[in-house]
Amino acid sequence: MGEKVFMQGNAAMAESAIRADCKFFFGYPITPSSEVPEYYARAAKERPEENIVFVQGETEVAVFNMIAGTAATGKRVMTATSGPGFSLGQEAMSFMSAAGLPAVVVEVMRSGPADGEILAAQGDYFQAVKGGGHGDYRVLVLAPYSIQEMCELMQECFDLAEKYRNPVILLTDSLLAKMREAVELPGRKTSRVDQRDWTLTGCAGREHHVLTTCGDGAAQWEAFNLNLQEKYAKIKANEVRWQSYQVEDADIVLVAYGSMARVAEGAMKMAREEGLKVGLIRPISLWPFPEKAFQGLAGKKFLVTELSAGQMVEDVKLSVDRKEDVRFFGRLGGVVPSPKDILAEIRKLEVK
Amino acid sequence: MNRTEIEFERCKECGYCVEFCPKEVLAFGDKVNKRGYYPPAPVKQEACIACGICARVCPEGAIEVYKEV
Amino acid sequence: MKTIYKRPESFTDAVTSYCGGCGHGIVNKLMAELLDEMGLREKTILVWPIGCSVYADKYFKADAICALHGRAPALATGIKRSLPDRFVLVYQGDGDMVSEGMSEIMHAAVRGENFSVVFINNAIYGMTGGQMAPTTLWGQTTSTSPYGREKSSSGYPVNMAEIMAQMPGVCYSERVTVNSPQRIAATKKALKKAFSYQFEEKGLSFVEVLSPCPTGWSQKPVKALEWLEQKMIPIFPLGVFKDMKEGEGK
Repeated sequence: MGEKVFMQGNAAMAESAIRADCKFFFGYPITPSSEVPEYYARAAKERPEENIVFVQGETEVAVFNMIAGTAATGKRVMTATSGPGFSLGQEAMSFMSAAGLPAVVVEVMRSGPADGEILAAQGDYFQAVKGGGHGDYRVLVLAPYSIQEMCELMQECFDLAEKYRNPVILLTDSLLAKMREAVELPGRKTSRVDQRDWTLTGCAGREHHVLTTCGDGAAQWEAFNLNLQEKYAKIKANEVRWQSYQVEDADIVLVAYGSMARVAEGAMKMAREEGLKVGLIRPISLWPFPEKAFQGLAGKKFLVTELSAGQMVEDVKLSVDRKEDVRFFGRLGGVVPSPKDILAEIRKLEVK
Repeated sequence: MNRTEIEFERCKECGYCVEFCPKEVLAFGDKVNKRGYYPPAPVKQEACIACGICARVCPEGAIEVYKEV
Repeated sequence: MKTIYKRPESFTDAVTSYCGGCGHGIVNKLMAELLDEMGLREKTILVWPIGCSVYADKYFKADAICALHGRAPALATGIKRSLPDRFVLVYQGDGDMVSEGMSEIMHAAVRGENFSVVFINNAIYGMTGGQMAPTTLWGQTTSTSPYGREKSSSGYPVNMAEIMAQMPGVCYSERVTVNSPQRIAATKKALKKAFSYQFEEKGLSFVEVLSPCPTGWSQKPVKALEWLEQKMIPIFPLGVFKDMKEGEGK
């Protein structure tokens, strides 16, 4: 492991990505993710020995296609964006998923819809997790809750992308991306996946490689789709991540991810001090969703808390035995509830 | 004699080769290929000067030209 | 026997999906000839568009990717920045480049991306069934301009070669056509120059090819060549609009 530093989330993500051998960054500035391209832009100039390539594209539409291009050559590449920019990238998300291009996308959520507010929110869960683009495709989505975890997952994104030849989203929000925290920066990592059997590098000494997402009749295109579905099933079986806190004896289990999980953790501690048996499930992989985390918890009540009108709560309801046991508490527009607010919601459940 | 070879199944009967042949070596044929086209064929091969124009205008890359030496 | 013309080695055996007399086939063939003659095939990455050339990856024995509609120049940017010593060739039609992807081609030119772009202008959307393109001529009948394109509602045909020549990041811009054997030879010369400039790292090299679309224009192929001469060339004049001299460019 590397040195302990006090660092902003966006900058820590950028540094971790560089240390994961991601030397290509294409981006378009958008609050609250702009410090990621800014970090790369500086690094490209100030660390010439690292051969970092930074390009500021004209739109997110272009940027997402640029990362697809670099990923097609087998090099690690990423972009970082936020809501409106991520929306523009959806066409290319669908493209990269179909073409099997292992690019990494950081999505720093802000409060929507539309231009919205640049404050913390989790309203892009559906877009990231369910696939905001067209067609039947899936993208791995990882959601850190501390800057330390952000750094580690940032690096893991590249491994997962290459392992499955699939885009991966690091889903965070302006609270985490903008705040500073003590973090032990992760060490240097490089790719362990030999991608030379499919990448575009010029066909010297081998058969030529073709990447196309254009169907050629129903039979061919269904077979193509079934291949994708097979890959998604594998990811679902192998890549589920979550953390459970004091769930065994709990009557009420909080469910929260990302920055909201920090608040929920605080609420859980306060509740325990009051003698209330409260636990917490913190999904880390949002797709695949950690359904297993909810197994064997029949009879408990679940309180899902999000900075949204209720998005992940739908996946929680699909994962529990009785959806009547699931309650929701969320705030909108950039308002972040305090642990006390959540504790109040817990008490309401206790009374019933 | 010079040789003009038209790949029968590749032809889509656009007629560019017939149009641009300076010696009227080619004419539309009466045999149909699998795609339903009637490819041209040499009718005056002896007049061919092996200029290669027919091959160069062919959008399908269906024509090859060889010169007797 | 001496070989005067042989099917290019860089071609596969696939039969194209183009209609009879389509200019795409002629231009594809010139590209394959140049990959052979310039020894480029093994260092080439072809970036294909959405349009009638959507299956062109099947025709070439070269690495290739088919881009999203209009996005080929952005995709190619990611490829070329990663592999600057490879030959990256972007191929786009008028609907793809001038309508859906105007932003991407313009900004590739703004950045002076060091790749070559072949632009097929046939004044119509071919693949989707003959709809109006930004390059459609005034009065030209298409399925979305059934009484002819009108200035009042759909504006002006776009002259890409002239526009690209105005961009400092573009080192070469020429408009050619393929409606006669001489013009096909001139097109090959233009393509060769554009391709070779990529190795001199001069910036973006651009060749616009006026190309017959007999099906879209509802004409017999040979008639389409005449229509191109009489109708298209007056609006889209042939010529070199920019050619950076030795030592100029990036």
